[in-house]
Amino acid sequence: MTAPAPILRMTGIGKQFPGVKALDGVDFRLLPGEVHALMGENGAGKSTLIKVLTGVYDIDAGEIELAGRKVAFAGPQAAQRAGISTVYQEVNLCTNLSVAENIFIGREPRRLGRIQWRRMRQRAAELLARLEIDIDVSAPLSSYSLAIQQMVAIARALDIEARVLILDEPTSSLDAGEVAQLFRVMRRLKEQGIAILFVSHFLDQIYEISDRMTILRNGRLVGEHLTSELSQIELVGKMIGRELADLERLGAKPAAESSESSAGKPVPLLEARELGRTGAIEPFTLTIHEGEVVGLAGLLGSGRTEIARLLFGADHAGTGSLRIGGEQVSLRTPRAAVSRKIAFCSENRRAEGLIPDLTVRENIILALQAARGWTRPIPRRRQDELVDKYIKALSIRPPDPDQLVKNLSGGNQQKVLLARWLILEPRLLILDEPTRGIDVGAKAEIQRLVAELSDGGMAVLFISAELEEVLRLSHRVGVLRDRRLVAQLENGDDLTTDTLTETIASGARS
Amino acid sequence: MSRTLRPLLNPVLRHRMLWPVVILAALLLLNLFFTNGFFKVEMKDGHLYGSLIDIVRFGAPLILVSLGMTLVIATCGIDLSVGSIVAISGALACLWISELGDQNSIGGVLTAVALGLGLSVALGAWNGFLVAGIGIQPIIATLILMVAGRGVAQLITDGQIITVNSSPYKLIGGGYWLTLPFGIIIVIAVLALTAFLTRRLALGLLIESVGGNAEASRLAGIRSRGVLMMVYAFCGLCAGIAGLMISSNVSSADGNNAGLWIELDAILAVVIGGTSLAGGRFSLGGTVLGALIIQTLTTTIYSIGVPPETTLLFKALVVTIVCLLQSPAFREKAFRRRRRPAAAASASAEEEAGEERVGVSA
Repeated sequence: MTAPAPILRMTGIGKQFPGVKALDGVDFRLLPGEVHALMGENGAGKSTLIKVLTGVYDIDAGEIELAGRKVAFAGPQAAQRAGISTVYQEVNLCTNLSVAENIFIGREPRRLGRIQWRRMRQRAAELLARLEIDIDVSAPLSSYSLAIQQMVAIARALDIEARVLILDEPTSSLDAGEVAQLFRVMRRLKEQGIAILFVSHFLDQIYEISDRMTILRNGRLVGEHLTSELSQIELVGKMIGRELADLERLGAKPAAESSESSAGKPVPLLEARELGRTGAIEPFTLTIHEGEVVGLAGLLGSGRTEIARLLFGADHAGTGSLRIGGEQVSLRTPRAAVSRKIAFCSENRRAEGLIPDLTVRENIILALQAARGWTRPIPRRRQDELVDKYIKALSIRPPDPDQLVKNLSGGNQQKVLLARWLILEPRLLILDEPTRGIDVGAKAEIQRLVAELSDGGMAVLFISAELEEVLRLSHRVGVLRDRRLVAQLENGDDLTTDTLTETIASGARS
Repeated sequence: MSRTLRPLLNPVLRHRMLWPVVILAALLLLNLFFTNGFFKVEMKDGHLYGSLIDIVRFGAPLILVSLGMTLVIATCGIDLSVGSIVAISGALACLWISELGDQNSIGGVLTAVALGLGLSVALGAWNGFLVAGIGIQPIIATLILMVAGRGVAQLITDGQIITVNSSPYKLIGGGYWLTLPFGIIIVIAVLALTAFLTRRLALGLLIESVGGNAEASRLAGIRSRGVLMMVYAFCGLCAGIAGLMISSNVSSADGNNAGLWIELDAILAVVIGGTSLAGGRFSLGGTVLGALIIQTLTTTIYSIGVPPETTLLFKALVVTIVCLLQSPAFREKAFRRRRRPAAAASASAEEEAGEERVGVSA
């Protein structure tokens, strides 16, 4: 099997930032008509490599060849003109403009200075048709789902005569159906000879779509492999550079305990009876005991987050009753929930979790300070103790309490958010997608932490789109479908991701 | 030689208060050429006199209003009504004093002060209620009182300028205590109180948190409504004190003109001081510097004899320059030729060869 000549070849790329070698002699090649996955933990150099490739950064060493010609990009526009288009994780389009306007913004077809609206709409529709999408291009972008918005971003990228398409975490906010749609489009583009560079934290997706992968670790090239020739375990081992014994060991634990955990405890920590909210979640009944990990599984939008928000008082329940420690309560605000030792890490770290402009220290003590009120500041020495303790315990990188939280990587931001709640010593910890968008190493650490906390008697409500993760950690799994809690399954040997998937799909009560 | 100095200078050069300080110093130096003995401070009858003292004394109301404004802006809000509150508080106090049998009675003046400040706090709380309770955008919520407040002030003064002749009241804006103008002492006290509340107690953290991300703050258990109410009420209080000071200084209350446009100067002072209009981090020291810059600018305009018809234009010009200098993006562009080698030096600090190359080019 002879490979065609690479459309893109990078050799010996080096990039240095003050104090860090972000890239060190990295080779990378991209063949036309392939989907190439770029793999590595957070901080391995993936983003830097992409930014070098798209002209955002200059390189200190090495050279880039595009279609056999040596190139040096002065900026993102130059890279784009050369045929390298990028679609970033956060769709950066204007949701208030129409689909057609978004595709052609800045490059509107004009005649005598006037924009030719009809021609623009026509061409937009044609472009989207190439991606097998048939929508009203004059409707505002905001009226379409995130997946469609992503496709629009891709259409925009393709119209610039792309030969190389870079998709940076395109699937992190899509549900399974939308991912499938995106993959169909990617396969189509592949057939048209476009080289696609794909970055994702979801290993299953990598294995489904990619032909070849390049693995980076600490700014160095670990290797280039055909996806079909590398097992997932081998891949993860190469990414984090150590054996996955930790993860394996975790695997069997909760299942073994599950039989005794929920039995023999008379008063449940939390008992929701027919709790519901119109338009968000149908009335559900759920009990959680001390030291128990209850998982919630279901598709995006199936009501997982809505349950969490009701139990935390972030939304008001319309129906039903809630008991905490046997006492009837009505949680009108998150504050009321916090005072009853319930903590909630939102799935949306940036919008609902962290205060980006504050430091790691301030973000960590925030909930404790809020609970104490502003008249009783936490003494500086106590702050240092608490913050140092959790920076160590959760190995937050960099271990600098005065670093602004916005400068941390996603995984470390998640740990800061966890630390904020852990210093409150909650009785119930609600984790909504705590491992989304973070690397394998941090993911394993967070999973281990959840197991430890529940061993220590803390109750955990664990929400995740990754069924393996839910199964690995939970004693009991609640399954959601169409805003309804359809089943609660004890975790045992007979419960597998297949049975879970089946329950999600069929909605059968067991 | 420049290389040995750089590590020492870097903390200074990177400090975010650097540019406001440079600008203030430049303005003060400019005055030196136009006013004899500008920097002279002398003691007369146990009182301190001098141009520098005057700048702080006349700038006192602006500093006070700006302090309140800083906290409001840190919550990602804005308060346009401070000018009207200035007028209302002065008008109410003067009205009360003018109807006293003995305008020099300490008790009467204290009551007048309490009335003025009480109403100011209530008006501030009203703003807070509109913003936090009802959820109106701050610029609109406070615009209501900005417009209506002038009317209220004129209702209080009955459309006239109320003059008073009260020596205890005169102390607030025109008197001296412990050799210093009383206004300066008030500013120091309010600044100390604000710093204590926000930095020694935890109010500052909660304000920055609410301003940085309101929804995340709510989910962290912060009573953001309470924080907002408090901040707007405090801003009203600051404006109220400024109002007393202004009316006391001229012994009269002018519902129309007292504190006119002071909200714009205050917002400007806050921004020059490095607090972002997008909320979050705030700097009290920066705000005081900003207010002093604006007051010095006003003084300078008079002292260098800018023709009256061009004063506004001149002020706008200086303010534009100040804001540009404050912007890192602009500095990057303007000083690019000097910055490039510096950036390269830090990037290749480990490579000796590279360092020498930079040494030559620098």
